[in-house]
Amino acid sequence: MNPRTARSALAVATVTVLASACSLSGGSGGDAQQTPEVTLVTHDSFVAPQDVLDAFQRQSGLKLKVVKYGDAGELTNKLVLTKANPIGDVAYGVDSTFASRALGEGVFQPYTSPEADRGPQRYSVDPEHRLSAVDLGDVCVNVDAGYFTAKGIPEPKTYDDLADPKYKDLTVAEDPATASPGLAFLLGTIAKFGEQGWQGYWTKLRANGLKVDSGWEEAYTKDFSGSSGKGPRPIVVSYASSPAAEVGQDGKPRTKALLGTCYRQVEYAGVLTGSKNLPQAQKVVDFLLSQQFQTTVPANMYVYPARQGVDLPAAWAQVAPLPSNPATLPADQVQAGREKWIGAWRSLMGA
Amino acid sequence: MALAHGGLTPARTLRTAGLALLGLLPVAFLVVFFAWPVVAIVGRGFSAGGVDTVLADPQTWRLAGFTLASAAASTVVALLAGLPVAYLLARVRLPGVGLARTLVLVPFVLPTVVVGLAFRAIWPDGGVLPLVLANAFFNVAVVARTVAGLWSHLDPRATEAARALGASPWRAFRTVTLPALGPAVASAAAVVFLFCATSFGVVLILGGGQYRTLETEIYLRTVDLLDLSGAAALSLIQFAAVLAALALGAMARRRRENAVRLRSALVTARRPRGGEWWTVGAAVVVLALLMTPIVALLVESVSGETGWSLAGYRALSGTGANDALQVSGWTAAKNSLAAATDATLLAMAVGVLASVVLVALRRAPGRLARGMGETMDAALMLPLGVSAVTVGFGYLITLDALPGDLRTSPMLVPLAQALVIIPLVVRMVLPVLRAVDVRLRQAASTLGASPARVWREIDLPLTARSLVAAAGFGFVVALGEFGATSFLARPDAPTLPVAVATLMGRPGELNNQMAYAACALLMVVTVAAVALIDRFGSVRGHGSVGEF
Repeated sequence: MNPRTARSALAVATVTVLASACSLSGGSGGDAQQTPEVTLVTHDSFVAPQDVLDAFQRQSGLKLKVVKYGDAGELTNKLVLTKANPIGDVAYGVDSTFASRALGEGVFQPYTSPEADRGPQRYSVDPEHRLSAVDLGDVCVNVDAGYFTAKGIPEPKTYDDLADPKYKDLTVAEDPATASPGLAFLLGTIAKFGEQGWQGYWTKLRANGLKVDSGWEEAYTKDFSGSSGKGPRPIVVSYASSPAAEVGQDGKPRTKALLGTCYRQVEYAGVLTGSKNLPQAQKVVDFLLSQQFQTTVPANMYVYPARQGVDLPAAWAQVAPLPSNPATLPADQVQAGREKWIGAWRSLMGA
Repeated sequence: MALAHGGLTPARTLRTAGLALLGLLPVAFLVVFFAWPVVAIVGRGFSAGGVDTVLADPQTWRLAGFTLASAAASTVVALLAGLPVAYLLARVRLPGVGLARTLVLVPFVLPTVVVGLAFRAIWPDGGVLPLVLANAFFNVAVVARTVAGLWSHLDPRATEAARALGASPWRAFRTVTLPALGPAVASAAAVVFLFCATSFGVVLILGGGQYRTLETEIYLRTVDLLDLSGAAALSLIQFAAVLAALALGAMARRRRENAVRLRSALVTARRPRGGEWWTVGAAVVVLALLMTPIVALLVESVSGETGWSLAGYRALSGTGANDALQVSGWTAAKNSLAAATDATLLAMAVGVLASVVLVALRRAPGRLARGMGETMDAALMLPLGVSAVTVGFGYLITLDALPGDLRTSPMLVPLAQALVIIPLVVRMVLPVLRAVDVRLRQAASTLGASPARVWREIDLPLTARSLVAAAGFGFVVALGEFGATSFLARPDAPTLPVAVATLMGRPGELNNQMAYAACALLMVVTVAAVALIDRFGSVRGHGSVGEF
């Protein structure tokens, strides 16, 4: 009798503990009924300070629900798949590489934010104003300055330097099929060497001992010598802003971005076709372009604000200035060529 | 089968109807949250056309061949490494065995990106060997715990009799123990094979661009290229391969479905003697190898810019450098626990129900019932063999038809995790439930016990340990689940593995250190949860499990 009683008591206790743990996940839905809710669908890198989001919710009287849906490519594809019954009201994070696909599939509807003429308009991709530029995330080659000082070799500066035997076995890049900086870098070389010339350039890179990783994580944190992983290679494909995260305790940057190797990625926001909360959705776009939000993007997402007159963090001016002459490709050309280029790249580098 | 009351009595019909109703619940769950989304997304690929071109491409079949071969290799490695550990857990009474039982599960929850990077530290250029080993690394626990679950209930006297009659230890193991363990080994092998064949993160990191599998290719085509017809073609092949693996596993199990004599687990463990120490030694070596990447990551978690530092752990109470996370590390741990608890409860409800129905169908007379049982058995395993991407994208185009548009609901995380756990629960509970001697149940029935009472008095006590083990294992799988969770978790409610991946994806020393600290936290949470559940399972001091 006794063991059984003890066991059922134990079982009851367990169930009670587990049930109370369950309720943790169901918590937040309490007062959602009173305030209208608007859903922002965004990419994995989205980060915003909670107080800025709270201030927006107070001012607008909206409840903002943020849902992340992968990187820019994955986000775009999910928006395309669900365009008949969208998963949210506003999307932020479709970038210039994927904008054409989203626009061509009719994912977004026109909306010109009153904030758009404060700078974002410069990066417009669409005469109907279905997408508003929120930020710029340039991809550039980064170098570990200390390595080159110690070895007494000048730092590389250009694309061609990376193919120079002086820098043999020193560079690591990402696979354009699996990592978005890898794709941006590939597009940069296509902009630089042309649709005819880029394969020749990559053949030289490969002969010069280029290492290709699947993801930014392995390339930057394991193989690159300038990051915490202190890997073996002092040249890596990363972002223009990455050096801002690698400032030492002495306040001096340990790495730098090569401004001659940058490719510009603009990230956009827009109101989804079929949104059932149109005025609220438009308010979210206004918010993303507002001074309050734009001020937070450098520190939180390592990207540059699209709005003019937004100050960058103090250290950035020295360490991670906005590249002044980045390469770009027209969105339509990217849309038409992307799959073909990735395929050609894979057969070129895979064998 | 000599039953107390033959023929179709009203009571009998009622029981069959009740059984069918019970069986309907797990089936309904699987249809709504698995079959429907998968069929919808694959169907969309088919309607786009071009599936036949992909199927005709020799590249596709090379991919399939590599996937199957590498998964088979990983399964063999996991079996070889897991069996000595299973022996240790089931048969040996030595100080530290309890700790080993808990620790062996830790690799299972480690985020793939962390394990991938740990293997990259040893093999900087990746390749097939680290790929096979990494997949096996994750799955040694599956073999060890599944097999130990049955082994600890096996009557050791049969082996002792064989030894007394002059069989060598190896011969006694091969001819007596191994056949009795057959169902559990086959179950574990099937599960491990499916896990390895659908493994994603480590293949990307260790395979580089050179070694690709069906899973990584389905991911690329779905997520990056939106080439749904290509993905559908590959999904079909994946499906066929999974069905073939399941059929093989089922065949292996069918040959061994006779009831094995079960004993209380406490009676069967003892101090090893003589040559048994070699097996114990092998188990210790395996455990040491399993711990190596774990120690490496612990070292990473305390390595600061200028030497040892606990900054990563201190950072767990915050949101990382520049608010990399939307919540603190502790909150992410709480989210992990909550989601895993929900998922485990759901999976236990569905999985145990399914197992009970499966066993009943097997025992029912008639070909139809048995055929239904076998079909349902295979269907329950499918979620393990189908890509998380396929299911995740399927959710996007189907679940909005349900009331409340589940697509952006936080409930999706435990639901998707439960989908991964249910097959494991079934595989762990079913062999033991099947091994319950049918004559005991018949005796109880004859003495007038109702079916529910038979279950409570016979099946439940005999299988209690396996039930608890299944719950514990399911909980751990849910804690470590990344593929589906990363698709579905909301940024304001990340689980620990999702938080680790987010932190790893950002530059800066502190974020990196915090990622490893979060990993350590995940391990601590896992160890604590497993130790707690195992303690409930073993019911110390009372030999009540399996005593008559």
